[in-house]
Amino acid sequence: MIAMRDFLTGRLVPVLTILVAIVVIWYGAAIGLNGPVIRDFEKRAGETSEGMAFILKTWSQPKPTMPAPHQVAAAFWKYTAGVKLTSNRSLIYHSWVTLSATLLGFALGTALGVVIAISIVHVPALDKSLLPWIITSQTVPILAVAPMIIVLLAAIGVTGLLPKALISTYLSFFPVAVGMVKGLRSPDTLHMDLMRTYSASRAQVLWKLRIPASVPFFFASIKVAIAASLIGAIVGELPTGAVAGIGSKLLAGSYYSQTIDIFAALIAGSICAILLVTLVDITGRLVERRMGAKT
Amino acid sequence: MSAVRPNWQALAALVTGLISLAGLPFTATMGTGASLLVTAIVLVAAILSMLKLRPVAQAIILAVASHFAAWLLIGGLADAFGTAGFGYFAALAASWLLAWRLVTVLSEMKFIAPVAKRTIALIVPAIFGIWILILWEALTRGAGVPFVLLPPPSSIGARIVTSTNILAADFVQTVVKAVLVGYIIGTFSGFLVAVMADRFRFLAAGLLPVGNMVAALPMIGIAPIMVIWFGFDWQSKAAVVVVMTFFPMLVNTLAGLAATGHMERDLMRTYGAGHWQVLAKLRLPVAMPFIFNALKINSTLALIGAIVAEFFGTPVVGMGFRISTEVGRMNLDMVWAEIALAAVVGSLFYGLLALAERIVTFWHPSYR
Repeated sequence: MIAMRDFLTGRLVPVLTILVAIVVIWYGAAIGLNGPVIRDFEKRAGETSEGMAFILKTWSQPKPTMPAPHQVAAAFWKYTAGVKLTSNRSLIYHSWVTLSATLLGFALGTALGVVIAISIVHVPALDKSLLPWIITSQTVPILAVAPMIIVLLAAIGVTGLLPKALISTYLSFFPVAVGMVKGLRSPDTLHMDLMRTYSASRAQVLWKLRIPASVPFFFASIKVAIAASLIGAIVGELPTGAVAGIGSKLLAGSYYSQTIDIFAALIAGSICAILLVTLVDITGRLVERRMGAKT
Repeated sequence: MSAVRPNWQALAALVTGLISLAGLPFTATMGTGASLLVTAIVLVAAILSMLKLRPVAQAIILAVASHFAAWLLIGGLADAFGTAGFGYFAALAASWLLAWRLVTVLSEMKFIAPVAKRTIALIVPAIFGIWILILWEALTRGAGVPFVLLPPPSSIGARIVTSTNILAADFVQTVVKAVLVGYIIGTFSGFLVAVMADRFRFLAAGLLPVGNMVAALPMIGIAPIMVIWFGFDWQSKAAVVVVMTFFPMLVNTLAGLAATGHMERDLMRTYGAGHWQVLAKLRLPVAMPFIFNALKINSTLALIGAIVAEFFGTPVVGMGFRISTEVGRMNLDMVWAEIALAAVVGSLFYGLLALAERIVTFWHPSYR
């Protein structure tokens, strides 16, 4: 009971307060940002509206500078529940396109990261020469290369899912590689010495000691990697010429100044991000509990 | 104990070196004599590296042989675009194997002097980077990879030299205006909001989970909205950078301010220190590693944000603009020049922050 009450007053109430505050500020910003446009419009039409009528007008523009939350919610509902799943207007369809690239890129990136980490731990020459470059590669704005990778791969005939997924791979391999190097080195000397007294081979040390020890590090790093993967997939869709996916919805919205559509696409992207991160989080907890970790 | 100590890199170099003899001459403009010279260098160095020499002597032999062979090989590509035969690539592989042996020898050396250790820690990755460039240059020019697919590093370098004006203008537009302004506003406001929120426990308890969630969202998506609000010029890019850098700073500062132990806080209370004194003298210094972590994350995010935001509309200057238009015109060397610029800027930005972190948090266990 006490834990429940702590959760309510310590977590839920503050978080809800912040969320309510965000919505209130959002409505206020909608008045402030849309107001001048309406004033301008009314001046030309020769009419004025005051008080509540004016505020309601700022919240119901067809192409507002800042759409009000309920407009975004209505658009989001219309494009998810109001249209068929296969329709080109369905945000669920576009989310699925982006998610499939995200998941493929994430799988490739995680595999690559784990392979790199295992080689770095086992080959000292790679540790000294490759690791600094992996870290440097992340100070480079990789996303800047994204359009070039897409165009180049299209030039040699690779189109569709794979080019986007490769950008996700590039963004997601790094946190996995760095986290796994740390994780594979986390067994302490005592455990390593014990394995040596068993005269365990390097492969046995890897499978029976290093990999189990690295599981918490693995899940912490793939949580970062999957969020990066999603960003990679969305940015990868920008130069493909607005075919499908959340990125293409953003681009189309910016061409036609459809702020409501952009916000609805952003909400869809955010829901994808939250779903993916939560899924990884829950899987990580389940696996760690199965492996006997103390919670 | 024999005088020979075989290792697989040298053995493989011997084999590939011998294979290269079957493919003489290596390229259209490289005579048989020059080709034989390369093979001879590689074979001699491979044999010498298997003798029981002192590691320093081995390293010098390997360094000279592998890089001299590589220099000859790249020189042999002059006016010989795409004419390299299999002997050329075998010789290239052999000299690359020697370089690998060199890196292995260097990383197995044991030094006591910290200066020598630091030098090795710089040289080994440098060799790796140089060989990426050597292989890139030799493979693209030797095999005749079309220029529009992957230009060789030499022509990218030439493009950097000839178009410094454009690069400088793009640097000012994207980095000096959009990134720096946005980075400073975003991180400062994130920091200030965190310090304010920390004053009230309720606010911090609410902001931390929300901020954590927002930090995982694809915030780059607000770029089109910012372009609609603030126009095509750098202000909209700076706004994207502000939004992208705000939340990591907020979350990390809040976490850092919560990182002080009870003992230290109790000690401050026995001194009768007020909230702001405790903040300035205890909690902010303790939070510094967290704050620098956010500053480093933000340095990459800021560059990405500014460049990607330029894909949504920009005046005819800027790194993101240049990349997207030159890709369309198939001027790939210009694109790579911009990428090189971005890489240098990103690494310098990160390096300066790492240096500042060392100076500010000299007391942290990881630096002692």
